[in-house]
Amino acid sequence: MGKVRLGTCWLDGCSGCHMSLLDVDEGIVAILNKADIVFGPLVDAQEWPEGVDVAVIEGAVSSQDDLKLAQQARARSKVVVALGDCAVTSNVPSMRNGIPARKLLERVYVEGADAKPGIPADGVPPLMKKAVPLHEVVKVDVHVPGCPPKPNAILLALSELLEGRKPDLGSKLRFG
Amino acid sequence: MTQKLKVRIDGEFVPASPGQSVLQVARAANKYIPALCYMEGLTAVGACRLCMVEVQGVSRLLPACTTPAQDGMAVTTTSPQLQSYRKIALELLFAERNHVCAVCVSSGHCELQALAQDHGVTYVRYPYNYPRLAVDTSHPRYVLDHNRCVLCSRCVRACAEIEGAHVWDISGRGIQSRLVSELKRPWGEARTCTSCGKCVQACPTGAMAEKGWGVEEMTKHGQVVSRLTAMRGGR
Repeated sequence: MGKVRLGTCWLDGCSGCHMSLLDVDEGIVAILNKADIVFGPLVDAQEWPEGVDVAVIEGAVSSQDDLKLAQQARARSKVVVALGDCAVTSNVPSMRNGIPARKLLERVYVEGADAKPGIPADGVPPLMKKAVPLHEVVKVDVHVPGCPPKPNAILLALSELLEGRKPDLGSKLRFG
Repeated sequence: MTQKLKVRIDGEFVPASPGQSVLQVARAANKYIPALCYMEGLTAVGACRLCMVEVQGVSRLLPACTTPAQDGMAVTTTSPQLQSYRKIALELLFAERNHVCAVCVSSGHCELQALAQDHGVTYVRYPYNYPRLAVDTSHPRYVLDHNRCVLCSRCVRACAEIEGAHVWDISGRGIQSRLVSELKRPWGEARTCTSCGKCVQACPTGAMAEKGWGVEEMTKHGQVVSRLTAMRGGR
């Protein structure tokens, strides 16, 4: 049996969920014995590859780039996991949602700027109207809440998924 | 006077007296029925709809907190239908306002968060409402964050029924409902407020908190509010 192809990425998140993933200690060896990480923050691939088995996505969907990557990952992966509260509930990134994006950018980059006021447009993706949870833009198969989710919960979820089972996280996890 | 009622909960006969609600009977017999707006010692209002139960011979679901125990009653506290409705009620509470557990003073001590975990709510199926809501920091000792309010009205009842000040009320209707102090005066300017803090202790979420606490630091002692009523002999 070949190795499971695992991809991870973060959208509008703080990378804390990836830190928690690394925090599984020696559990990472068990994961790597069963899986190849084919996309992720520490992998050289520039584009989400075809034929991924498990996609682990951290962060809310906040910008056009987030949306594109989420859709690409969904289209090219068998199972999609929303990792952490930002991906599951939109969490802290959604705290801007009551303010129109344009107003928000002006407040920060024009009114709040000491030098060179102006909304950056070059090389940065346009913001969506609202930061939304992953399942509002693509189908999500497994939700792993937590800010960040506990390392052993991530390990449990991944171990089950790498065996081809859907993890039953039920009451093991909470928001926050 | 000490007439006993024959009440069965989940098939088991439990002690019950006239005047008790189904929820009180169940809790006294260690039968778990979830509830958010109910607080021992305060008038039951049936606002949160989490304590809905099935009563034999009644075609609709009834809130256990406002349904009086009656002779011959047979109550079911858990079923797939009840679990599914309770999950829906919880998810709608999360979707209505901005419950960002990660930055909340009450995270880890919050009744809403704990109920979601108990019911296996790992995500919310409904689109979030993301309302823009105020935070009232005008009181010198306490803070009110409308983002985290579930309109359970425990604060309203604790203030009116136990402290006797009646600072709080719910204004507006439906999704526009808001907790208000003294006819919409900022909390810090409410002259009837005695700053006793019973509302804060009664609040099940981080909507009301003492100032000065960081994330996960605000623990509450709601049993103090319940004990005060008990000490007065239920008056």
